[in-house]
Amino acid sequence: MRKTSLDMVYQLAKEDPRIVFIGSDLGPGVLDGMKKEIPERFFMEGVSEQHVIGMAAGLALSGFIPYINTIATFLTRRCYEQVALDLCLQDLPVRLIASGGGGVYAPLGPTHLAVEDLAIMRVLPNLAVCAPCDAQEMRRLMSASVEWPHPMYIRLAKGGDAVVSKADLGFQIGKAILMQEPRDGMFVTTGVMTQLALQAIDKLSAEGISCGLLHMHTIKPLDGEALRHWIPKVAAVVTVEEHTRIGGLGSAVLELCSDEIPEQTAKLSRLGLPDRFADQYGTQETLLTHWGLTVDALCNEMRKKLQKV
Amino acid sequence: MDQRSKLLRRSIVDALQGGRRGHLGSSMSMVEILRVLFDSFLQYRPHEPLWADRDRFILSKGHGCLSLYAILADKGFFPTEELLTFCAPTSRLGGHPELGKLPGVEASTGALGHGLSIAVGMALGAKIRKQTHRIVVVTGDGEINEGSVWEAAMSASKHQLSALTVLVDYNKLQSYGTTREVLDLEPLADKWRSFGFEVQEVDGHDVPALETLVKRLPLNPHKPTAIICHTVKGKGFPFAEGKAEWHHKSGLTLNDIAAMYDCLN
Repeated sequence: MRKTSLDMVYQLAKEDPRIVFIGSDLGPGVLDGMKKEIPERFFMEGVSEQHVIGMAAGLALSGFIPYINTIATFLTRRCYEQVALDLCLQDLPVRLIASGGGGVYAPLGPTHLAVEDLAIMRVLPNLAVCAPCDAQEMRRLMSASVEWPHPMYIRLAKGGDAVVSKADLGFQIGKAILMQEPRDGMFVTTGVMTQLALQAIDKLSAEGISCGLLHMHTIKPLDGEALRHWIPKVAAVVTVEEHTRIGGLGSAVLELCSDEIPEQTAKLSRLGLPDRFADQYGTQETLLTHWGLTVDALCNEMRKKLQKV
Repeated sequence: MDQRSKLLRRSIVDALQGGRRGHLGSSMSMVEILRVLFDSFLQYRPHEPLWADRDRFILSKGHGCLSLYAILADKGFFPTEELLTFCAPTSRLGGHPELGKLPGVEASTGALGHGLSIAVGMALGAKIRKQTHRIVVVTGDGEINEGSVWEAAMSASKHQLSALTVLVDYNKLQSYGTTREVLDLEPLADKWRSFGFEVQEVDGHDVPALETLVKRLPLNPHKPTAIICHTVKGKGFPFAEGKAEWHHKSGLTLNDIAAMYDCLN
């Protein structure tokens, strides 16, 4: 997913002279082709995230569309004020490509995990918050990002994630994708939790429980229309995110329900991470299991909400 | 102090009267810096504020915005009467300057340590497009406590941004007290030099000296420039000069305002 997004920056930059790339201190060889071919629009600025955001704002104020890539947690927590003021207050078309959302950097520990990024980004006005589910969807998102007139936060997963998105379902920033039509219950997911929910749907299907899947690659602006349409049609809704249960996708859906379809809120359940720093290393998979984000956990939650336990 | 410097200060007092609050000390220390920049250096068109080839000026110490508002009004970016609306609910003149509200304001500043990075981005943008406009930033002295300023300084130097000039309003006082006491900046000139800047020091109230200096910009064709302007906080108002209590004042009375106008007669 990361490789796809960066390759896309290069491709898009070849076609559009407004596009520039800024990295902090990425691995050797990143975007070497762009550096060689368009050196004047390739920047590697060192471990200076605060500056990188401000510099991107200056470039955007000069008519450029900067794409920034570094580790998610350093692109959110480290330079939060710059993101808030330089990008969001001034409403500039800068794209933050955040590597390692969720538990990707499990072995590196809590200093490197981004498990509250969606929450802290979502509260900033003007900022779109996206978490595509696979490399193919990332490609579509990157194409759509060029003309998006506001700042964007784009959360990357680990890479090599199973491709489950479908080109024929289209892609529009801010528009949810119904990946499976619901009957009994519906999962609402973002990022690679979409893959997990698809597995849960298969498993539940074998038990005669038919669930749908609404994939929210964009958490903000939230697709209220899709939620208002589908939630009343099912008996249970389970949101799933690789993110703290506070403030992310589940909260956004719950807020919408509470504000606009309050009679529907009781059917909603939110799965995510507990409110504590990671207390294990291992791998993304082991950490997700430790956190309780497994296919079985999704199935159990759906059965419980459907009262089919 | 000549009549022009007094006139600009009078405009600032007009705004203070309108808002009954403001960063008096921080604004008065840089009146001459902004006056010289806008009178003798920067290229701009008040009636075409987004003219593509204009020089960019960023007031990184956004709390000194009264000084910026005074010079922008003086140059015709907006009507001088509007100064009286300072901090009013629907005014374009807030307690810190905002992009898109007032013509001539190039960036929203107020939180400290942001302006130089934005300026680096603008200078890089000009370089990519082979444009020749200059980018000028004024920072405070307390402001450069912020680590982000030094991240930006390294970057400006790395990219040899000779079109970029930073002027430090070195009035030696920050909110709590002296810069020496709070977080000593010395040796300040050497700091900028070691970060790759061409450095000059000047009396920030000496108009001819400032004029002479800015006409020499860039001081080095391969380096950004830092000009350390030695200034007096609250300059022009003896009761406020060099006093940290006048960094910002709210609840200004008509007597306070009258005393300020008296200083300018």
